[in-house]
Amino acid sequence: MAEIEIYKKSPAEFDLGQRRARRSMRSQVIMFSLMIFLTLTSFMIVTASNAEVIGFSKYYVIPVIMLFAAVQVGLQLYYFMHMQEKGHGIAAMFMFTGALLAFLIVLTFVTIVWWN
Amino acid sequence: MSSVAQKKGFGSWLWDWLTTVDHKKIGILYLLGGGFFFVLGGIEAMIIRIQLAVPNSDLISAGLFNQIITMHGTTMIFLAAMPILFGFMNAIMPLQIGARDVAFPFLNSLGLWMFIFGGLFLNISWFMGQAPDAGWTSYASLAITSEGHGVDFYAIGLQIAGGGSLIAGINFLVTIINMRAPGMTYMRMPLFTWTTFIASAMILFAFPPLTIGLFFLTFDRMFGANFFDHAMGGNTIIWEHIFWIFGHPEVYILILPAFGIFSEIFSIFSRKRLFGYTSMVFATVLIGFLGFMVWAHHMFTVGLGPTANAIFAVATMAIAVPTGVKIFNWLLTMWGGSIKVTTPMLYAIGFIPSFVMGGVTGVMQGAAPLDYQLHDTYFIVAHFHYVIVGGTVLGILAATHLYWPKMFGTMLNETLGKVTFWFFFIGFHMTFLIQHWLGFWGMPRRVFTYMDGQGWNSANLISSVGAVFMAIGVIVLLYNIIMTSVKNVPVANDPWGDGRTLEWAIQSPPLYYNFTQTPLVRGLDSVWIEKQEGNESGITPAVPVQDIHMPHGSIIPIFMTLGMFIAGFGAMFREETSWGLPLLVFGLAWTFVCMAIRSLKDDLGYYVPKEEILEDMKRERGRK
Ligand code: HEM
Ligand SMILES: [Cu+2]
Repeated sequence: MAEIEIYKKSPAEFDLGQRRARRSMRSQVIMFSLMIFLTLTSFMIVTASNAEVIGFSKYYVIPVIMLFAAVQVGLQLYYFMHMQEKGHGIAAMFMFTGALLAFLIVLTFVTIVWWN
Repeated sequence: MSSVAQKKGFGSWLWDWLTTVDHKKIGILYLLGGGFFFVLGGIEAMIIRIQLAVPNSDLISAGLFNQIITMHGTTMIFLAAMPILFGFMNAIMPLQIGARDVAFPFLNSLGLWMFIFGGLFLNISWFMGQAPDAGWTSYASLAITSEGHGVDFYAIGLQIAGGGSLIAGINFLVTIINMRAPGMTYMRMPLFTWTTFIASAMILFAFPPLTIGLFFLTFDRMFGANFFDHAMGGNTIIWEHIFWIFGHPEVYILILPAFGIFSEIFSIFSRKRLFGYTSMVFATVLIGFLGFMVWAHHMFTVGLGPTANAIFAVATMAIAVPTGVKIFNWLLTMWGGSIKVTTPMLYAIGFIPSFVMGGVTGVMQGAAPLDYQLHDTYFIVAHFHYVIVGGTVLGILAATHLYWPKMFGTMLNETLGKVTFWFFFIGFHMTFLIQHWLGFWGMPRRVFTYMDGQGWNSANLISSVGAVFMAIGVIVLLYNIIMTSVKNVPVANDPWGDGRTLEWAIQSPPLYYNFTQTPLVRGLDSVWIEKQEGNESGITPAVPVQDIHMPHGSIIPIFMTLGMFIAGFGAMFREETSWGLPLLVFGLAWTFVCMAIRSLKDDLGYYVPKEEILEDMKRERGRK
């Protein structure tokens, strides 16, 4: 009975792996700071709106927060869940199909089912 | 570890089946479970038809009748048709793509046991005298006021079984995406694999809405929520939307695999490449997508208004286009082929007119103004039986004959097979054709009896006699299965003589690791291509003989499911008993412990040594 094989990396492979890991780490840190920045900004906008600072009406605040949320979802998926890397095409296709179906169903409700 | 029959005790034999993660054995277990529920649902159908055979019948009470039709529909769709299709997908699809198993063998077993325990849970309701009685659609206004625990059994039982279906769907998706043999591109996949793929994708998107709907219903009935109670600010119509957003895709989940099976049969027994392979694939994808865009055609009479009704009517009719493409492709596959009318081919030929009739009545109902007349009459009953029985069930029966030798290594008797077909086919049309007219004549759906003198008597009697014919057909099939299993005459790799895809190039039944060497696929219908080029084995190996990595079996799936089963009873009796809540907590904790054990205990599988494989290959050559 053969044993479970353990694969030993050559020094070059090991090196390459390390460089890749470092590069990925750098982009992750950058994206993470961007996400924290977006979160802080959102909180600040809402606080400003609650304090009734001029220019921060809810018609401005709500769309902006929504936009930030969408950006964050994208960053989350592509950087932290590695969707920007190769070999994630099928997963992306399924996710976008699901999102499209959900969008169409919600659109149907708000256009022709509930308010017509 | 060898596949040769060894002398084993009953205990170890049973243990082997309970812990199996082998896709072929799980396929057989799905077939057994689904077959059992098919017979159960069939008995319920016979009781319904006996009750309705004559007017003013008082054989069973109105309340019992409601329970029987609810359980008939629920059983047939969730516990018979789907699991049997999963059985064939499990047994055949990995062979068709040249894989050794599905992607997640452990999950495969978990999905199976969730189906079985969910089915048992639903049917235990009979022993408590409180079966679900709000229809298989379980519309909320009925369901939340239904007395007793009937609908609780429905909500929890389907939750467990539905989880199993979701697991199976995801597993098939990953298997097809990741485990195709070298050279097996998407556009070289056999049609049954393609339809499995699309049906699984539909499961992925359609079952979560059902899960949510069932949770809402569970909370409404058992935990004091008010999602569907309009008096408390809820909305009962939303259940209908949720149910049909799941429900219409579900009917395509049922029919697409049958389309795949028939595509295989047409090309095998016309001894021709499938006509319009590419258009078949695209029609399947398109049906899969459009299937999500038409749910409100079940709700035309709810009063969504003319805009919604018109748009959904058009969307519904659009589905007929890709379906029509498929029908013409099948006809053109037969055109000019050298046709051999075997039992599976007989089913395939009978399927075309039957399914077309169901499709045509579907388009009729899709016309919203007409549906105001047809809705909730026997016309609807005729329609969906024409598509489900004329499509899915004929497909299942065809696949039973076609794949029996591959799964069990022995051939079902062809003569008895044809006898089954004719009884079933004639009985089917006799039962359901006349119901279109019953609908036109105003007989409503889901009534437990009707009065004399409305002109419905003889039509109902004819319908009931037809049901007897179908029952005879099924009994002949069971007899056939028993007789062939007793005789057990072994067959060769390709018992039909015209197999085109990989499953026909390996032993019947296959070795437990399927392929001695992973095959190299050089085109659509790869075995046919190899044989045309003089390679009698039908397979060009892609790799030398080497050790094969295989997964270990596991008993954990059964225990995991048992926890959910126990928790279900706890939830149901939480309010009226003191032990309900502890039982609920215990069941859930049990399941989580099982999950923890599974996660923390590494199981790396084992290797089948090269020597054993060479041994098997030598024995195989010796048999020839
Ligand atoms: C050409 C394709 C089809 C069209 C246009 C179509 C259309 C419809 C429509 C409009 C209804 C609602 C009728 C009513 O309740 O008033 C309906 C009901 C139904 N259809 Fe279809 N259908 C099609 C194919 C199928 C297929 C392939 C299946 C299953 C394999 C199926 C199964 C059902 C079931 C089970 C119901 C009844 C649901 C219930 O109320 O209990 N249909 N169909
Ligand atoms: Cu539908």
